[in-house]
Amino acid sequence: MTERLRRIAPPLVFGIAFLALWEGLVWVFALKPYFLAAPSKIFGEFVDNAERVWEAASVSGLNALVGLIAGTVLGVAMSFVLSRYRFLGEVVTPLAIALNAIPIFVLVAVLNNMYSITSETPRRIMVTLVVYFIVLVNVAKGLTQVRSTHVEIMRSYAASEFEILRKVRVPNARPYLFTALKIAAPASVITAFVSEYFGGSQNGLGSRITSNIANSRNATAWAYVLGACMLGLGFYVISVVLENATSKGGGGTNTSKEQH
Amino acid sequence: MTDQAPAVLVSGVSKIFNDGTPKRVEALVGVDLRVERGEFVSLIGPSGCGKSTLLRLIANLLEPTSGDIAVNGKSASQSRLEQDYGMAFQQSGLFDWRTVAKNIELPLELKGWDKAKRAERAREMLELVKLPEFADLYPWQLSGGMQQRIAIARALAAHPQLLLMDEPFGALDEMTREYMQGELLRICAETKTTVVFVTHSIPEAVYLSNRVVVMSPRPGRITKVIDVNLSGERTEDTRNADDFFHGITAVREGLRGTHADHANAGAVRGVEDR
Repeated sequence: MTERLRRIAPPLVFGIAFLALWEGLVWVFALKPYFLAAPSKIFGEFVDNAERVWEAASVSGLNALVGLIAGTVLGVAMSFVLSRYRFLGEVVTPLAIALNAIPIFVLVAVLNNMYSITSETPRRIMVTLVVYFIVLVNVAKGLTQVRSTHVEIMRSYAASEFEILRKVRVPNARPYLFTALKIAAPASVITAFVSEYFGGSQNGLGSRITSNIANSRNATAWAYVLGACMLGLGFYVISVVLENATSKGGGGTNTSKEQH
Repeated sequence: MTDQAPAVLVSGVSKIFNDGTPKRVEALVGVDLRVERGEFVSLIGPSGCGKSTLLRLIANLLEPTSGDIAVNGKSASQSRLEQDYGMAFQQSGLFDWRTVAKNIELPLELKGWDKAKRAERAREMLELVKLPEFADLYPWQLSGGMQQRIAIARALAAHPQLLLMDEPFGALDEMTREYMQGELLRICAETKTTVVFVTHSIPEAVYLSNRVVVMSPRPGRITKVIDVNLSGERTEDTRNADDFFHGITAVREGLRGTHADHANAGAVRGVEDR
């Protein structure tokens, strides 16, 4: 217990000190709310608008979640195809990495033209695309970069390619999948927000932040930012919990129960 | 009929990598080798002499460019498909996501054994390598020597008549290594397994083997076969016995020939440089 306290105390103290400094600066220099709102004011707005923040968060959150699930399913499926047909992998992987490096969420502007103005679909497609490439690159790596000794052992036991896939490649790729999810989960939330900046319904966290800033309601905008932080953090925590729940025995990730 | 066939029969085997390209390598040329059942044969030589390639050819993990390989009187590929041999490498090659017992059961799973039978055999094998209390641990929780013993237990789980080993003790410290050598001899004697063993340690080859096959590089080939046959049972005293030192000297002299080749190669290069 004290061990745990010792671990969480430093970041906790730092966080409180940071907020205190922020509050102090606003108070000492009498900063105007449109320049920088005080944390106490932001928190007050957050509480007052809790219901609206929650509504906006559920819109953005649902977009992120739908995209995250769809992108993960598609990414995993495609990585199996790529690991089976290596030449395809050589064609697709550089493209996937390149697409991963540029902010492809600007594509949402194009997608918006394809669907009705109130549709959430373009945003969900956008999240799906971002998640898809993250999952694809990582899981494909996990499926193909297996230790050569493992493959030789399996071949010496006359194992078929399918058995090697099931008993070596898939278990080897499992930690890669969770690494991908830990990156993809917060990225899905960010993509869902940013997608809202390119038009469409003004019902999510991202659009609420811009519209409140446009109306000089900075503290309220900050309250939505706080909601956005919590949503992103929530997604990350879920991915970590999922990883811990499916791994056993510490260092070795293991979900391969009885396979026969 | 096949019962009288030798465990391994290699006749006129060559292996050439990247044939027809500038990177062409003659890994093995004109190799003949006969290993009788119950024999322990070591392959020794400097790196690049093709000893690991020869082992992989016997295991049918590689196909020879020319020549024939028979294992237990059958073709090498037939033997592999029937899981006639077990294999162990320098890296234990255990699966981190499987417990020790499940690692040992792997070859049995692939043979389609039912669960109870597999568990029973895994227990037997753990007794054989003297690690019965570690069944439910994961490989990374064990020391390097223990991992290697589990790898041997896995290789022998299906009771193959032939064990192929590629520098299995190469990554172990000297004390563990000597202990493992003793254990390997005990296990092979108990299970009556034939062993083909790749190493580049002269004392290891002499201590373990009935015969030591000396190989040399460029192109990889067998230069000498030395009968060791240390008298009686191997014990720690064996390492101080005259027979042991005679064996070491004989192998060393055999290997010196291969180093003379190096010297010649150097001399030739020296001439070319001028």
